[in-house]
Amino acid sequence: MSLLETIFRQILNGLQSGSIYALVALGYSMVYGIITLLNFAHGDIIMVGAYLAWLAMARLALNPIFAVLVAVLGCTILGMAIEKVAYKPLRGSPRISLLITAIGVSYFLENAAQMIFGASSQSIPAIIKLRAITLGGVQIPGTALVTLLTAGASMAVLTILVNHTRMGRAMRAVSEDTGAAQLMGVNISTTISFTFALGSALAGIGSVLYSCAYPQANPTMGAMLGLKAFVAAVLGGIGSLPGAMVGGFAIGLAEAFVSAVGLSAWKDGVVFAILIVVLLVRPTGLLGKPMHEKV
Amino acid sequence: MKKAIALVLVACMAASMFAGCGMVSSLLPGGAGDKATDNPAAGATATPAGTETSAGTQTDNPASTGTIKVGILGPHTGEYAVYGLAVKNGATLYIDKVNAEGGINGKQIEIVAYDNKGDSAEAVTAFTKMVDEGITALIGDVLTGNTIAVVGEAYPIGLPMITASATAAAVTYNADTGTVYSNVFRTCFIDPFQGEKMAQYAADVLGAKSAAVICETGNDYSEGLADAFREKCAALGVNVVASEGYSKGDVDFKSQLTNIAAAAPDVVFCPNYYEDDGLIVTQAREIGLAVPFLGGDGWAGVKDYASAEDLEGCLYCSAYAPGSSDAVKAFEADYTAKYGADSLNMFAATSYDAAMVLVAALKKAEETGEQPGSEAYMQAVIAGIASEGPSVAGVTSAAGYTFDAYNNPMKDAVIMTVTGGEEVFKQMY
Amino acid sequence: MKTKRNRIPTLLGYAINLALFAAFLILGDGLIQSGAISKYYSKVVMLIGINVILAVSLNVATGYLGQLPLGHAGFMAVGAYASAIFMTRTALPASPAFPIGILIGGAVAAAFGIIIGIPALRLRGDYLAIITLGFGEIIRVVLLNIDDVLGFTLTNGAAGLQNIPKATTFLNTFVCVGLTCFLIHTMMKSRHGRAILALRDNEIAADSCGINATYYKTLGFTASAFFAGVAGALYAGYIGILNPGGFGFMKSIEILVMVVLGGMGSMVGSVLSATVLTAVPELLRAFAGYRMIVYALLLIVVMIFKPSGLMGTYDFSLSRLLGKLFYGSSRKKQGKAGDAR
Repeated sequence: MSLLETIFRQILNGLQSGSIYALVALGYSMVYGIITLLNFAHGDIIMVGAYLAWLAMARLALNPIFAVLVAVLGCTILGMAIEKVAYKPLRGSPRISLLITAIGVSYFLENAAQMIFGASSQSIPAIIKLRAITLGGVQIPGTALVTLLTAGASMAVLTILVNHTRMGRAMRAVSEDTGAAQLMGVNISTTISFTFALGSALAGIGSVLYSCAYPQANPTMGAMLGLKAFVAAVLGGIGSLPGAMVGGFAIGLAEAFVSAVGLSAWKDGVVFAILIVVLLVRPTGLLGKPMHEKV
Repeated sequence: MKKAIALVLVACMAASMFAGCGMVSSLLPGGAGDKATDNPAAGATATPAGTETSAGTQTDNPASTGTIKVGILGPHTGEYAVYGLAVKNGATLYIDKVNAEGGINGKQIEIVAYDNKGDSAEAVTAFTKMVDEGITALIGDVLTGNTIAVVGEAYPIGLPMITASATAAAVTYNADTGTVYSNVFRTCFIDPFQGEKMAQYAADVLGAKSAAVICETGNDYSEGLADAFREKCAALGVNVVASEGYSKGDVDFKSQLTNIAAAAPDVVFCPNYYEDDGLIVTQAREIGLAVPFLGGDGWAGVKDYASAEDLEGCLYCSAYAPGSSDAVKAFEADYTAKYGADSLNMFAATSYDAAMVLVAALKKAEETGEQPGSEAYMQAVIAGIASEGPSVAGVTSAAGYTFDAYNNPMKDAVIMTVTGGEEVFKQMY
Repeated sequence: MKTKRNRIPTLLGYAINLALFAAFLILGDGLIQSGAISKYYSKVVMLIGINVILAVSLNVATGYLGQLPLGHAGFMAVGAYASAIFMTRTALPASPAFPIGILIGGAVAAAFGIIIGIPALRLRGDYLAIITLGFGEIIRVVLLNIDDVLGFTLTNGAAGLQNIPKATTFLNTFVCVGLTCFLIHTMMKSRHGRAILALRDNEIAADSCGINATYYKTLGFTASAFFAGVAGALYAGYIGILNPGGFGFMKSIEILVMVVLGGMGSMVGSVLSATVLTAVPELLRAFAGYRMIVYALLLIVVMIFKPSGLMGTYDFSLSRLLGKLFYGSSRKKQGKAGDAR
């Protein structure tokens, strides 16, 4: 294998994991943009999605297409339910209370999954079977191709949804100024619910892609994934959708690069070091708008 | 009002979860649903009759002149429950059998089993509680780190311990002071042994000229095997062309595997646990790395975590060859009848053997006429493990348990191979 | 709130507290030495002491400073490793070496508190939470891999630091508990403590009154880290083996649950909830499997119904109670919490 080919492959590896990070980061970014809540449980929604896919395919022997639907729908409903049960009663409470609640929800989902499904991983049957294709002499694995295409399509749909629909406008208005949006007749509760639904649906798609690439479900898989996606969201500029995408790919590529040069043990450390540097040098991220302290 | 609704919903969430636990656990036999039948915390010095134990479930034996208490310690809940439950079930299976046959010298063996959740602090408190309750010997602990913490408590009081799963050399030997913990024995391999065996096998049987290693950094089992493999390869003249690592919880190994593929080794040594092994092998095939993968006993159970074609021809060494002899088959049948096949793994077998060795030693100690739990009795048990071990034909070592100078068993490794999606016995090596 | 004449003199108050505490130490130690309390219970009591220090120290950052650091276990780890490395290498016998080891543990953790605090405390709320979480993870990764970089054995990587002298006893644990509570109490009653509380309640207003925000925030954060390091040193001496895996995010959450449940800003709340949350799982071993679920639900329910925690910011004061008894008070007695220690 030539050096050039190795480099190309490593970039491909980075893009594949990066596109999953990007999908998850989008959910983080949207929720943060609208109610300034760091939704710690977001990563765990992906974990639930992976278990749903596993239940549908391995236990109920459903067609993979139904399994995908079950996972995405399940995640969407779960996301909305979490918002109604845990976050809505706290609207207007200090941010620290919301954050602790979010940690509680995340912890609850992880431990509940561990009690129900056991601590060891469950193996998810292959959702898609696709041969690797060869492009200009380089082999591209099927899952990598599907992941990249699906993630790209989801992001395109999301961009249209946010920029060109009524609900999207309401979302942008609420995140700009909640009070003013309410005065203009925007239903805040519905908009927040919709944001959670949208973010969780993306997490559902993310969980399916994750299950294709790494076919195992395990109770704590969402924790690290969620954290890294959060880092991606902050890196891109939290609240900014293009930022989340850029951040996701950047984190994926950075991880692949660190592993490629033989420092994989330090990978997590490097990701958090990136976060710290970004927060200190440019707290609003690469594409974020500057924020001003209000008295 | 909203808060009231929220509370009801939270309650529902909790209730559905507990209900769900029961429901799904019926789908998954053993494993998660298998709630540890631990002793509830009874008064430390209360009468034995008050505690709920396996001896209590036996019919009263009029000849009984007391009981012998044996502790079983390990993670029965949490991340490592698979191993802890296997150890607990394996040992309990044998001890129940002995009790049903009338016990030792007319005395029933009473099991005191506690969960340590895989946490060293919990392991120490649980162990101390057992000592307060008067145990004579301990089967456990399960994880290496927890076991070393428990050895720190057990060595000063000379309490005999047999671990069925703690593989680090430091469990029985303190390299800093050069002392062997005379009270600690094990029925499993130590880490370096497996790495050396596989290096030897790769060179002699597979004829490998070059090898690559991928292990979990931050896991002493994985690193221990990898280090031993590399050292042995150097001694045998096998060229280690790539050494890659990853951290706990990683799922994407393609970057490391791409590096390995670029170095084009003859074999890849991958001494990790089956879940990671499954992902690694799958991703290796995806990026076009087609050479055989070798592993240690952590591979057992890998067949469910990667496709049959991806795993074809992979090899690992183990202490336990399922279905290889009549004794093993009988053990498996008994175990499955009582606990289901879910936790039937190597540690269930080594733990069954640990109980066998311990019972043989207890029989010897009974001959001294000392009181169970006393210092002299424990000394007799320790002496008994060393003297009786060689004549115990265990499930994982038909030739008996002869312990070396470091209290490690001297037994052959089993080479297993994956073919047609099944893990089958290949040869003794 | 209360007028001075309702109170007994401060010094007398301290003297009474000290006498009661000394009596508790002597009684406890006597019971353990004589074997009236079994070894198991003494171990549990020592764990309670260590957890009390952890909870009280996190309470400084969370309750008094109003921030949410999620890397408290990282400071504990640093303190534990620093003290353990000293204890395994020193030639001194255990009894004089251990207090030095505890101080080293605290000091190194405090140094990390400053290093992490100065950049982290520029950020607020969620960002601070996540950056401390990041630092906590980095500490864990470094402890795991530092030996490869240094080329000699310092932390012994994944195998863990072994053969640490088991120097922690009931007596030294609870002397540390007492000192921790006393020092934090007096700090919070001083000008520095009031500045920290002012920053929590309204940072901009406090800033405009001339309170140096960075300085006082770092001070509070460092104090929090110092005592976490002390707890870590005691833990190292208690358990005898250290492993980076035990100091992850989960441990930080466990400490946070203690603080949140007890009441952010209430020392007695932290002490009580640390005691209860350590003792109950020990007493109810059969229930232990559900512990984590219950913790998670507790966090959610407490935040929804009583966001200030069970004790709120209420702090029990023996002096106040005695003052009421001696001088009488028209108000109802509040001191139902019992002696905190």
